[in-house]
Formats: sequence, structure tokens, C-alpha cells
Amino acid sequence: MSGDASDIVVRAQGLVKKFKDFRAVDGLDLTIERGMIYGFLGPNGCGKTTAMRMLTGLLTPTEGTVEVLGLSVPKDAETLKYKIGYMTQAFSLYGDLTVLENLDFMATIYGMPAKKRKQRISEVMDRYSLTDLKNRFAGKMSGGQRQRLALATAVLHEPQLLFLDEPTSAVDPESRRHFWEQLFDLVEGGTSIVVTTHFMDEAERCHKIAIMEAGQKRADGSPKDLMAAMGANVVEIEGPNLRDIRRHLLGTDGIMAAAQLGARLRVLVKDEVPDPEGFLKAKPETDGATLIEKVRPNLEDVFVTATGEGRQ
Amino acid sequence: MMRSLTRISAIFFKELAQLRRDKMTFGMVIMIPLIQLILFGYAINTNVRDIPVAVVDQSQTTLSRILVQIVEATTVVKVTERLNSVQEAEEAIRSARVRAAFILPDDLSQRIVRSPSVGLETPPSTDEETSRPVAQWIVDGSDTMIAGAIKSLRSMPLSELNRQPPNRSTATFEVALFFNPEQRTAINIVPGLVGIILTMTMIMFTSAAIVRERERGNMEMLINTPVRPMELMIGKIIPYIFIGLLQTGIILGLGHVLFNVPFGDRMLDLFVGTLLFIGASLSLGLVLSTIAKSQLQATQMTVFVLLPSILLSGFMFPYEGMPLVAQYIAEAFPATHFMRMIRGFVLRDATILDLHRDVLWMCGFFVLGMFVAALRFKKKLD
Repeated sequence: MSGDASDIVVRAQGLVKKFKDFRAVDGLDLTIERGMIYGFLGPNGCGKTTAMRMLTGLLTPTEGTVEVLGLSVPKDAETLKYKIGYMTQAFSLYGDLTVLENLDFMATIYGMPAKKRKQRISEVMDRYSLTDLKNRFAGKMSGGQRQRLALATAVLHEPQLLFLDEPTSAVDPESRRHFWEQLFDLVEGGTSIVVTTHFMDEAERCHKIAIMEAGQKRADGSPKDLMAAMGANVVEIEGPNLRDIRRHLLGTDGIMAAAQLGARLRVLVKDEVPDPEGFLKAKPETDGATLIEKVRPNLEDVFVTATGEGRQ
Repeated sequence: MMRSLTRISAIFFKELAQLRRDKMTFGMVIMIPLIQLILFGYAINTNVRDIPVAVVDQSQTTLSRILVQIVEATTVVKVTERLNSVQEAEEAIRSARVRAAFILPDDLSQRIVRSPSVGLETPPSTDEETSRPVAQWIVDGSDTMIAGAIKSLRSMPLSELNRQPPNRSTATFEVALFFNPEQRTAINIVPGLVGIILTMTMIMFTSAAIVRERERGNMEMLINTPVRPMELMIGKIIPYIFIGLLQTGIILGLGHVLFNVPFGDRMLDLFVGTLLFIGASLSLGLVLSTIAKSQLQATQMTVFVLLPSILLSGFMFPYEGMPLVAQYIAEAFPATHFMRMIRGFVLRDATILDLHRDVLWMCGFFVLGMFVAALRFKKKLD
């Protein structure tokens, strides 16, 4: 193993997963560095979860190689299990066991000695505000509480690498924000995290993201770099008849996409158009517009340009 | 090794905690043996008594009425109807009001006087006149057990008609009944019931064990932990071993109190044999659990195993009476071997050495079942 390899936690090459004739993951290359939150961003069914399951050894790749924490997967998947934590998309702890029993079960399964077990459980219960809930049945808890329990069990054995599969899909915005703060605490403590999401605001918090569509990686990099390299400018139009304007613009050369956000129309104009604001103002459809202004791109714009019709 | 034991204990305590909270399952553990023992212990009786029959008395004499009384006194049959014609009797059998009809012909008196069963004289056996039977039975022969009971009346002695003591004829064979001289059915049924109830509960509980984790969505988390398949299997069956022993205790204990079924002097052999059978049934349940896609399917598969275990194991019908092919099939079910074992230990004072073939077979079944279940359990989603 070379010196820089230890800074790479996940390395995947030409990863393919076929379910019968359907290619759920289709030629995925990944390099994930240590100490960061790496996000898979994509719509449902784009292969995010399948990709993650291949990285943890739950699925056998049809083609390609995976190396996680220097271990070849799925060959060394069992050794890897001590070093990684995994939080499933749906709550998968035991609803008919209490918080404490669930934590104790998981700590014992990972082979922790009794003394260490007690200490770690009280640590994570304290950190994830579960101490007051310790005798509550997991099945009787709210989405946010369950999510905290799931994260607590996933980090119980102090894994170097944490896989989170759509961790915040069943959680309110407040708990979501709090959850991400906890992830950054973990990263600060030296844990690397791989997370899947279909929320743009979550993806924006990641150090690096891969935009996935139809089993393929469309783009990857830090959100900032991706926005800079988007290949389009974003112009917002305010005024009446935004639906009409959108319909007319969509067929026009130089326009990549247009989407309405409340009282504004957000238009992606291709990079090759030198003056995007002037270009739009010159269009007869925008005569009634009260404001046409170039704005900062966001991750959703990146997503739109990287996937679907925006991709050509 | 140490880690392995720790993980097994984790699974064991988890199963125990879940089982404790599952009131329904816990209730079944106690109620199934209790209710079935009382029900079957009292209900199942292979000594058929009081079969409802019709009498068609065409002679209408004192003799005919006495003859009916003598037949009724055997307690094999009970006269529930008196009819006038054979046609009516056939009709009564067809509509299941009676299971047989006793037809007394109008020349009954002449027949009786010459019948050797009455013992008035000893006529030559070739005589046409004397070889005529006294009366006739028409029997619903579809149930072989009923038919057999009435057939046993075929050559009953009628010397009482002549106010003579019953014919003390010398038997051809002397028959000594060992182990159950009073021929009480419960003696045979109660130990067998241990096998049936254990087959049912043990396979039912474990056949749901793995598939439940899948159905409740715990599987993805579980296979992400370092637990090994064999550890999972062992941890899952240990709580049920105790349950099986508890049920065996309930059945044999209550069988002793209610039906006076002996425990036998082979307590250790009985314990080891029961343990092996519990193990074999649990491992079979685990194998089913790795095949079933849902808990419903698991239950259906349990029934698939349970029925042959009841019908072929020798619990209800003698194993020896079955055709050879059926005997081979029956050998495949742990219940068949256990029937032989428990009846041996409890009723015949047999030892494990006497039944070593069944013991070895059960050990093999258990080990093979555990391996198949562990091998079939993949820590993969594809």
C-alpha cells in the first residue's frame, strides 16, 4: 500500500451492478478521500443505494473493483464490517427493544467487552440526547429520535468510515440541521462519511459530491467547483406571465433550462452566450418583465445542467 | 472464539427480550401443550365403544330380545333404533344415523338351537344346517376401525342363552400384553403428543425466526454487523431449546397426573433424546426460515412438515402397517424417530443404547440442518 493510499478511504473502478437486464449502477469510478463528507446526489432510483451497498459488501458488483479502507470488497467484507458503520435508509433497529437494549445488542455483536460497552453506550447516549429515552421502545419513538438512535448505533464501535443511506428522509428540518452538525463533529473527530441524499441543501453541505443519474456519475467535485464549472449562467426574471415566458424560452437556442420559483423565473443560459442578461432582454417575450438579473448559481442549477435534458 | 460466544450471547439475549414481549407467542408456548394434551388425552380412543346400531328384529321372540341384550352387553354397540325392514336399516346407515344394523331373521330360534356357539350339542362341522349363522350384521365398512370392532363380534359365544357359563374354550395362543396391559390409549398417545407438539411449536417458532428479521426490516442492519451465520443460528435456537424442554415437562407431568402415564425410569435418556429431537426440529425450522420469503410462507411450510409428522410418524397409525415407501418417507421426519425413542424410554424402559440408531440419526439431522441453514443464510442482499 503506497503512502497516499491511506488518505483514500474508497476507491472504485468500473463498478457495474446488473439486476437481470437493468443496469442499476453502470460504470462508476469513485475516489473518496479521508476526513470528508462525500455525498451521492441523485433522484430516487438513480443507483445511489445500490452503489453504497456495493461499497459495504452487501451487494456483489457484476463488474469492477472496490477497495474500502485498503480492503478489497466483497472479499474482505467481514473484516471491513468492524471498521465501518452503516445507517440504513429505513429504520432497521428492533422496534420491540428499548433504546438501551438496541445499543447493548449492537455493542455486544461488535464484540465489545462489558466494561467498554457500558462506557461507549453512555457516551453515545449522552452525545445524541438519548439518555432520557433509554427505556423507551425504539418502535414508539419519533422520526428524529429514531434517527439519533440509528446514528448512535452506527458509530458505537467507532468506525473510521460511516455510510449513511438517505439519513434524513423521515426527519423534520430542525432535526436535519442538528443531524448535520453532528456529522461535522464526527468528521472533526477523524471519521470519513459517505452519504446519499436527494436534498440539494444537504448536498451543498458535503465536502464533495457525485451527481448520479441512471446509474452513472454525471459530475463530481466540491459544490463550489461544480458551480464554477457548470457551463451556464443563471438569470432570474421577475414580472407577469412567467409561465408564458418559460414556455417560449424553453425551445430557444442558448437556453438550457427554465424553472419557476414563486414570483421569479430562473433561467439557465449556456456559457457560449456572451451577455446572458442582454440576450434575454432582447427577447420579445420578456418585454413585460420588471427585472432581469444575473444571480449566483446554486447546486440545483448544477444538478439540472448535469442531468436530464440539460446534459446535451 | 471468545468473540464468537459474545456474539451468540448477544443474539440469545435479544431473542429472549423479544420473546418475553411477544405475549401471543409466550401464551402459545404454555397453552398449546396444555389444551392439546387435555383434548387428545381424553378424546382419542382407539378402543371403539358404543357404536350406534339399528336392530331389525324379524323374529320378534323372547330369544331375539335376549340376544340383542347379550350383544349390547359387550358395550361394543349401542342400539339406538329399532326398524322394521332391511331397506330401512340400509337407509339409516346411508344417512349416518347408525353405523351398522343387526338383522335377526324370522327363523332365529331354529338357527340358534343348531348353532355351535350356543353349545347345546356338538354337531358335525360339515352339516349344512348347522353352518348357518344365527343373524347378520350390515356394517358401514368405510371406517376400518368401526368395521373391525363389529367383526370382533362375529364369533362371540352365545352359551349364555342356554344359561350356561361362558364357553371356556382353550385359546390357540397365549397373549401377554407388556407395558400397557390395560390397553389404555392415553399411555400410547401422551408420549407421542410430546413429539407432535414439539414438532409444531419448535418448527413454527424458528421457521419465522430468520424471515421475521427480513420482514421487519432488521436484516439489512444485521448483515452489516460482523455476526457469522452459524452464530446467528445458534443464538436464535437456544431460547427455544428451553421452551421445548418446558413443554415436554408440561405434557409428561400433566399426562402423569391426569392419565397416569408413567415417566419411566430412564429420565436421563429421556432428557437427552428430547434435547436431540428439539435440536433437530429447530434446525429444520431454521432451514425453512431461510427458504421462506414471508412469515406466512413459513407457517405454510410448517404445516407441510407437521401433517406427515402426525400421520406417518406412528403417532396415530402403526408405522409397521404402512407400505415400505411410506416407511422410508416417514424415516425422513424427526418425529418418527422421536416417537420410537420417547415411547421406548417412557413405556418400555429402553435406553439410548437400545435406540442408538434413532439417536445417531437425530444427531446427524441436527448437525446437517444447522449447516444447511447457516450456508443458506447469505450476508448479502443479492
